[in-house]
Amino acid sequence: MPKDKSIQSVLIIGSGPIVIGQACEFDYSGSQASRSLREEGIEVTLINSNPATIMTDPVTADHIYLLPLTVESIVQILEERTIDAVLPTMGGQTALNLAIEAGKQGVWEKYDVRLIGVDLDAIELTENREAFRKHMISIGLSVAPSFIANSFLEGKEAAQKIGFPLVIRPSYTLGGTGGSFVFQEEQFDEALRRGLNLSPTHEVLVEKAVLGWKEFELELLRDANDNVVIICTVENLDPMGIHTGDSITVAPAMTLSDTAYQQMRDEAIQAMRSLGNFSGGCNIQFAIDPATEKLIVIEINPRVSRSSALASKATGYPIAKIAAKLAIGYHLDELKNQITQTTSAYFEPTLDYVIVKMPRWNFAKFPGADHRLGLQMKSVGEVMSIGRNFLEALQKACQSLENDRTGLGADKKEWIRTEDILQRLEEVSDDRIFRLKDALRLGVPEKTIQKLTQIDPWFIKQIRRLVRFEQQLQQYNVAEDIPEAFLRELKEVGYSDAQIAWLLRIEEDEVTAYRKKLNIRRTYKMVDTCAAEFQAQTPYFYSTFDKENESQPVSDKKKVIVLGSGPNRIGQGIEFDYCCVHGLLAIKDVGYEAIMVNCNPETVSTDFDVADKLYFEPIFWEHLEEILELEKPEGVIVQLGGQTALKLAKIFHEKGIPIIGTSFPNMDLAEDRGAFSDLLKAEGIPYPKYGVANDADEALRIANEVSYPVLVRPSYVLGGQSMRIVINDRELERHVLSIFKHLPDNKVLIDQFLDRAKEAEIDAICDGEDVHIMGIMEHIEPAGIHSGDSSAVLPTYSLSVQAVATMVDYTKKLAKALDIRGLINIQFAIKDDKVYVIEANPRASRTTPFIAKAYQVPYLQIATKVMLGTHKLKDFNIQPRPKGFAIKVPVFSFEKFPNVDKQLGPEMKSTGEAIHFIKDLSDPYFRELDRQRNMYLTR
Amino acid sequence: MEQFPAVLLLEDGTVFIGKSAGKIGTTTGEICFNTGMTGYQEIFTDPSYFGQLLVATNAHIGNYGTHAGETESGSIKIAGLICKNFTWDYSRQQATESIQEYFEREGLVGISDVDTRAIVRHIRDKGAMNAIISSEITDVAELRKILDQVPPMEGLELASKVSTDKPYTQGSPDADFRVAVLDFGVKQNILDCLVERGCYLQVFPARTPLEEVLDWKPDGVFLSNGPGDPAAMDYAVATAKGVLALNLPLFGICLGHQLLALAVDIPTYKMHHGHRGINHPVKNLRSGKCEITSQNHGFGVSPDALEAHADKVEITHLNLNDQTVEGIRVKNKQAFSVQYHPEASPGPHDARYLFDEFVGMIRKSKLAEQPV
Repeated sequence: MPKDKSIQSVLIIGSGPIVIGQACEFDYSGSQASRSLREEGIEVTLINSNPATIMTDPVTADHIYLLPLTVESIVQILEERTIDAVLPTMGGQTALNLAIEAGKQGVWEKYDVRLIGVDLDAIELTENREAFRKHMISIGLSVAPSFIANSFLEGKEAAQKIGFPLVIRPSYTLGGTGGSFVFQEEQFDEALRRGLNLSPTHEVLVEKAVLGWKEFELELLRDANDNVVIICTVENLDPMGIHTGDSITVAPAMTLSDTAYQQMRDEAIQAMRSLGNFSGGCNIQFAIDPATEKLIVIEINPRVSRSSALASKATGYPIAKIAAKLAIGYHLDELKNQITQTTSAYFEPTLDYVIVKMPRWNFAKFPGADHRLGLQMKSVGEVMSIGRNFLEALQKACQSLENDRTGLGADKKEWIRTEDILQRLEEVSDDRIFRLKDALRLGVPEKTIQKLTQIDPWFIKQIRRLVRFEQQLQQYNVAEDIPEAFLRELKEVGYSDAQIAWLLRIEEDEVTAYRKKLNIRRTYKMVDTCAAEFQAQTPYFYSTFDKENESQPVSDKKKVIVLGSGPNRIGQGIEFDYCCVHGLLAIKDVGYEAIMVNCNPETVSTDFDVADKLYFEPIFWEHLEEILELEKPEGVIVQLGGQTALKLAKIFHEKGIPIIGTSFPNMDLAEDRGAFSDLLKAEGIPYPKYGVANDADEALRIANEVSYPVLVRPSYVLGGQSMRIVINDRELERHVLSIFKHLPDNKVLIDQFLDRAKEAEIDAICDGEDVHIMGIMEHIEPAGIHSGDSSAVLPTYSLSVQAVATMVDYTKKLAKALDIRGLINIQFAIKDDKVYVIEANPRASRTTPFIAKAYQVPYLQIATKVMLGTHKLKDFNIQPRPKGFAIKVPVFSFEKFPNVDKQLGPEMKSTGEAIHFIKDLSDPYFRELDRQRNMYLTR
Repeated sequence: MEQFPAVLLLEDGTVFIGKSAGKIGTTTGEICFNTGMTGYQEIFTDPSYFGQLLVATNAHIGNYGTHAGETESGSIKIAGLICKNFTWDYSRQQATESIQEYFEREGLVGISDVDTRAIVRHIRDKGAMNAIISSEITDVAELRKILDQVPPMEGLELASKVSTDKPYTQGSPDADFRVAVLDFGVKQNILDCLVERGCYLQVFPARTPLEEVLDWKPDGVFLSNGPGDPAAMDYAVATAKGVLALNLPLFGICLGHQLLALAVDIPTYKMHHGHRGINHPVKNLRSGKCEITSQNHGFGVSPDALEAHADKVEITHLNLNDQTVEGIRVKNKQAFSVQYHPEASPGPHDARYLFDEFVGMIRKSKLAEQPV
């Protein structure tokens, strides 16, 4: 059946602020769905409270509502617009829950709105663990033995029947919240109580723990004609017991025979067809017993899920885009494969490469948090890497993480104490894959490692190959000793030049020079859904060391490369994806070829049709260098990819690669504390007293000079990591010693803390002549709370006219002094009406998308054109459209870390943000926030 | 495991240097590629691949070892393997041996560590051609000489080379239906699918005269898959014509499908580079439903001739990627066939219903025969 013509206007519900377990992958799915529907001439209305999303941008949808995700907001939209149908499957659990709630209140019926792409009964069935279990058994599939418990007593009874180890899974929670393994009876009571409390229905499932079974995920699509295809099969390297969001995953499945896979495929299709009658995406998780190959169904998500984004990037098949078309009536066989444009969308992608997804954790941000991984997702972001073999993909993933690793070990960060390593293998934490290799290097038998980790021996044997390569390499002394074939082999399994250099204790440059002399260079292969069976036009590439390079010029235009921001983490997330997308659009708009480089599969900027060319590669110097040498761009934009991209400016500058916009020396001036203070001094701009200490004695001296309270932090960190306010020598000493212990080779910055000061910030664009102030935001919380965790009000609401004028004046002075071409963000503290400059960031900041949304101005596109030099600020007619005040409200994921201090401070802890518009300051929402501020002040 | 240098030379002179995989030696055949991500062992043992050098596009081959129970015939049938990562470390507890042990035991020569994607792109553009793999001769001129002796696939009759020497039975003699299987290189799983559905099978050598088949008193006849050019198989076309004349229920798969077409005067042709993989989309024109299919064929049935003979033969299945013919049904006869592999193995089980349809057809035909 072709498109349903009765649907002309669709509402898409977004997923709200980023929290652990529901991140920017839903911006990716929502944006894709919106574009897909608009292609069909359908008017798209979007609701999301998250201002950092691309989906809520005029480039994506026709009508945008930046409103809280509540039934009231839905009613408001339905009052204002004629909506034929609502698509609630693109915004995760949040959107579904809202759609269900609105349905219960009769809203959809009242406004005659159809729900498409979803079957609420199917959702209910998969969410209710007991009903799900019964349903699976009724269609002949197996599940883990379990009992449902609605009370403490029932829970105890269930445990008795099942025995230990077992799992407690609360019903209706997100990302495994409240779930836990119980190995011994003594731990059971507390775990049960917690699970019951966290379930909104006071219900838990007590289930037999199938620890050590292998875990697989299948991504499916179904149309209204009941045609089903499997888009991707993902194997979890970490076996059952670790949340898939926290597992290293691999595609395609590495250890499955066709017999086992086809059984899984049959069961997946059978399960999906048994779940109501919706058209769209579905994710099914299976566990398989390695000893018997017995299969059980773990979980089904009958919607576009977290893993759909990964599956789309892994295969090239745009799941959300096609799911949206299926929701409006198309059948799969009526649609084209978006990548080849000639073959059918009804097919199953096949891969001729290996992808590895690796989660990115941020435990350092949550002192006191339990580092152990389990049923509950704790990672805040992820990277994906692509290689021609598993080891290459695995090492590229390590290079993508931005954890200062240059691959899987061989980088002086290895552990050497066997007992510590073995303990970490058993108590799984964020570093298990590194420890696994450490153990192999120290000669721990594979069998022991397999027993401790339950990881499939195939993966262990592969990693052991690395250990052997390293042993072989260590017989050489200088780069030139390494035989050509062996060096090629090392590169093929993903070793960076830095790792090879470390193993030989030589300089990285020597390895690189020798490698280039031998012409061992990266080639680029296309991700095309079909293993090259058909010709594809999509310029989506990854690097490897194979023979043929497929990355040919796509146009004769001049090229500009945009660097993305790597994996999401606290302090750097979705907002930079927004910036990159707009940067790419601006580059295309002025007639250049836009090239994107990033390794974050959750992003819109790495969608196959956003840039002119996409390199899905680590933001890691060696990889970038090869792309730069192949593409020879006019320059690289580092202002849009957060601190990740910015910190690469130095090496670009040294290697003579042009940086678009503000020059490196000027960016460095803003970043270098001492030089920047000298600049402030010269410009007559006040700043808090400060000093830089190399040891504890120096720190004590400086602290007493600038006088307590002081703000103490390591010099190079993101999002205020390890930043503290201390009030006396004793506290100072303790904290400084802790910094030197955890972050050796670092300096300590000590700033005068302006107690009870107000904080404010400005984002501005400068073209070398004019400075445009994009917005001035006043933080509700007082100084001392990280700006990312503060509620920011746009425009200012309590600062004096004079203070605001001074801030504007300082911004203009600094933008010119730093000769900014593009974006700058300046943070201020205001005490007794005196304005101090705290810091300047010569790049897009976390707040730029927020201002662009609040004022409805495409600021990032303007800034990019200014950076490129094709436009001056005076070429634009910038007309902000403020509506009262906009408040940026931080959102936290503390429920994932029950034992963590929830007190806010100089270290950022929020994972996401929402935008909240108010007409005036009498708004009750604002008054409540303001009241909380006063509480902070009295503390 | 130690690997030695190996060379792959294509008929058009293209050379790839890689490493030895399997037995050290030299082998020739027509190069083709399969895009499946699982099921390498089933592919290696599929008699339809007889005489072909197989490029496996999946990044790793060998990860789950080999399993004595997962073969489609008694031995490896491909002429050689070309792959990227030949992986002899395996983890599957049910596996019998590693792929290297298996290849050495079966005497198969292969090459790994070549740019398989570049090879696929080359075949995709230039078409199927002969090639030679060697891990003992590295001199290209010498390899060229051997390669020049290899006949082209077109016009080659290979089915009788992989067919059984003498008839054998499968299933229970007490089963409901008797099906005569003409073995042109039949896959074990086809026999299993029929036996599971209540058939007693007698598998006949390819060149068995029709009379001999009929002597066994079959309720239906099955034309199997197999290697080579169907146009070079007059003997089999004659058998198919005879079965059609008697209007016995008839089902053909792959080569069997091409033979059925030839039997109703629809010509076949050599495809540019064929279809091989387990993700090929097919639409059933009768039901309107789609199925993901396992495919392995280098020849096809002419769509133009089918159009001209629309009065005699109906197209029942179409490939959604390139609109090639995937299934036909002879009008006013009990005969149908598909180009793809409903028995899968490897591949999806979406099309197993075709065996039910065949058995249903036999049942109906038997009922009609019975005196009222």
